[in-house]
Amino acid sequence: MTLPQPDQPIPPPSAPALSLRGIAKRFGGTIAVDGISLDVPSGSFYGIVGPNGAGKTTMLSMATGLLRPDFGTAAVQGVDVWAHPPEAKRLMGILPDGVRLFDRLTGEQLVTYAGLLRGMDRAVVSSRVGELLEALDLTQDAGTLVVDYSAGMTKKIALASALIHAPRVLVLDEPFESVDPISAANIRDILDRYVASGGTVIVSSHVMDLVQRMCDHVAVVAAGRLLAAGTVDEVRAGASLEDRFVQLVGGRSKTEGLEWLRTF
Amino acid sequence: MVADLLRLKLTLLRNSFRRSPWQLIGLAIGGLYALGIAGICAVALILLHSAEVELAQTFVVLGGAAAVLGWAVIPVVASAVDMTLDPARFTTFSVPMPKLLAGLALGGLIGIPGLATAIVALSTVGTWWRGPLAPVAALAGAVLGILTCIVLSRVVTTATAGLAASRRFKDASSLVFMIPLILLGPLAAVVTRGIAESADFLTGFARTLSWTPLGAAWSLGGDVSAGNLGAALLKLLIAGGTLAGLTWCWKVLLERALVSPPYAGSSRRKGGHLGLFSVIPATPAGAVTARALTYWLRDPRYSGSLVVIPLLPVLMFFQGSQTGEYGVLTVLGPLTAFMLAWAISADVSYDNTAFALHLASGVRGLDDRLGRATACLVFALPVTVAFSIFPFMVTQDWINLPGVIGFSLGILLTGLGLASVVSARYTVAVPLPGDSPFKKPPGNVAQTLGVQFGGMGVLLLLVSPEGVLLLLQFVTGDPLFGWINLAVGPLLGLVMFGTGVRLGGKWLDTRGPELLAQLSVNR
Repeated sequence: MTLPQPDQPIPPPSAPALSLRGIAKRFGGTIAVDGISLDVPSGSFYGIVGPNGAGKTTMLSMATGLLRPDFGTAAVQGVDVWAHPPEAKRLMGILPDGVRLFDRLTGEQLVTYAGLLRGMDRAVVSSRVGELLEALDLTQDAGTLVVDYSAGMTKKIALASALIHAPRVLVLDEPFESVDPISAANIRDILDRYVASGGTVIVSSHVMDLVQRMCDHVAVVAAGRLLAAGTVDEVRAGASLEDRFVQLVGGRSKTEGLEWLRTF
Repeated sequence: MVADLLRLKLTLLRNSFRRSPWQLIGLAIGGLYALGIAGICAVALILLHSAEVELAQTFVVLGGAAAVLGWAVIPVVASAVDMTLDPARFTTFSVPMPKLLAGLALGGLIGIPGLATAIVALSTVGTWWRGPLAPVAALAGAVLGILTCIVLSRVVTTATAGLAASRRFKDASSLVFMIPLILLGPLAAVVTRGIAESADFLTGFARTLSWTPLGAAWSLGGDVSAGNLGAALLKLLIAGGTLAGLTWCWKVLLERALVSPPYAGSSRRKGGHLGLFSVIPATPAGAVTARALTYWLRDPRYSGSLVVIPLLPVLMFFQGSQTGEYGVLTVLGPLTAFMLAWAISADVSYDNTAFALHLASGVRGLDDRLGRATACLVFALPVTVAFSIFPFMVTQDWINLPGVIGFSLGILLTGLGLASVVSARYTVAVPLPGDSPFKKPPGNVAQTLGVQFGGMGVLLLLVSPEGVLLLLQFVTGDPLFGWINLAVGPLLGLVMFGTGVRLGGKWLDTRGPELLAQLSVNR
């Protein structure tokens, strides 16, 4: 604990945007995350890649205060997430994966709700909601109930809810899943501009191409462990990120066998 | 292929137990209950063996026709049809249609409703164990009847699949379904009285039904044992034809459904209408209130209980008018207060993992609790007061009014406080967001019962001062106790409300992530 006062955490200068130390979680007999330590530099666009079931979502849930870790600590801009949850959560915008939304609200109501829950002013919320819906191409469906949205629209409205309070750090779990290419490009523009102005974005994905093009840093997670982390160029070491990923994670099955598949 | 489909269904059923042992216990309790009722019906049917033919026939035909109707109607309105063998999932496998039909039909028998229907239907063989031919006819009738039930329910669900996929229809139907269910008691009272006055009516009604597709199959055993072989033969044709016709309809509908899956479209709507969000004060607690109130109106799981509330006085007034004794109406206020207050004891469970938004935005537990309780209080307070006064307008004996209002308000406020604590700590098994309020919820039934009954016990304890005061007034007849109650109820209630909201908020602050983890198990 390096914090000077427990009630008024003062972030040390140039603290990393997110700092995990030996964070671990076990569900029954399976170890989902096996002691990951990771520093996400402030102002970086950080990709987290890993095969299905690698522990990405579990790790990000522990980093954002949604799932209590069994071991280890997580700090956002130097604020301990588990010792000072309200302060840490104020700094973060979170798009969790695999949770429901309050989907009996209209899209507009949901984003407004997210803003008001953060204690924001009504006028500010209202103008930001309009701009966010416009930027995410949801204006035409602002009054539709979220339950009637398509999967991609649901993702976008959840993203809008995560952005509404202008957080310092954005943690997005699978933000591009089932989002159409045009919306994805729009979202990338928004995120690029956000990073350019000093914000930090952490995205998890299993689309390597996307991460290679979009992010400046990347961490490879598999079976609950951190296999590599650093700038994208460091991690891919000359190869494409996808090849390097396969090399690191392994598990490619031999392409022999299945001869019968060619016999028709 | 048919055997494969049945094996698939059994495997799916078995694997659903693997998720948690509590689920197995829950299913066992549900199964025992259903099979218990089926067992009682079966025993009753076998006892009918010694009754005269006419009486037994009336019971069997009416019961059978009701079963067929139930199989047709309940899956649609309750959207609770068992979709583990959803035909849409077999589109890519090119299963031959006859085998798919046979497999799905027999698969419908596996599961509690199918099993219970089969047990009861086959018991009619016992009823008609008279002479050599009647049991055979009864057996044939039972098999035809069971298959008709299952095929009919499949026809109806396939035909309305497009409708049922539309959220609006689902929401509306589950609400509309509540009303006859609640009024079942008085309706049954009226019907039984009508029937008691004309005993011949049922016999005639059953005789007519036995010539229709609804009752034909069930009347075979009775007609044979009464010696009406010609009639039995004709009814066999009717029943067989019904089954064949339904199967054909099902086949056609299924062929169509397999190539054109239901599309649940809805119109796009522009924004600009924030509803309650533009009315409430712009604070976190205010936002929670607006959200909760919106859900009370829009989510059928909440609004279902709102539909019940206005029916309560109707129900009790009716019962009073039967006996001419309206004293029992007095419980209306306290009962309503309890029902409304306790409705939010499962609030977080109703949110399911959407609760993650509260956790992620770091909203204070106190604001969360206060917002939800206020939302309920906004309409519960006027309703409770009105329902406390209503009975006295009927009886015109106002002496007990202050005491009853005090007691009701005490229950409402204390209940809201306690529910705020309970829903911050315990999750209970409730229907998932978007599911029908009648759907069997996933999750831990044993814990649900424990939490619900434990909580009600504690509530009883907490409102005992108001209860004792009310009793004292009833016993002594001294109106002073009533006036004391009118002061004590709201005051003590407010203290409990504040304590509950604060304590629940504190628990939520410390245990939010654990609560979310519990919620994500139920999905």
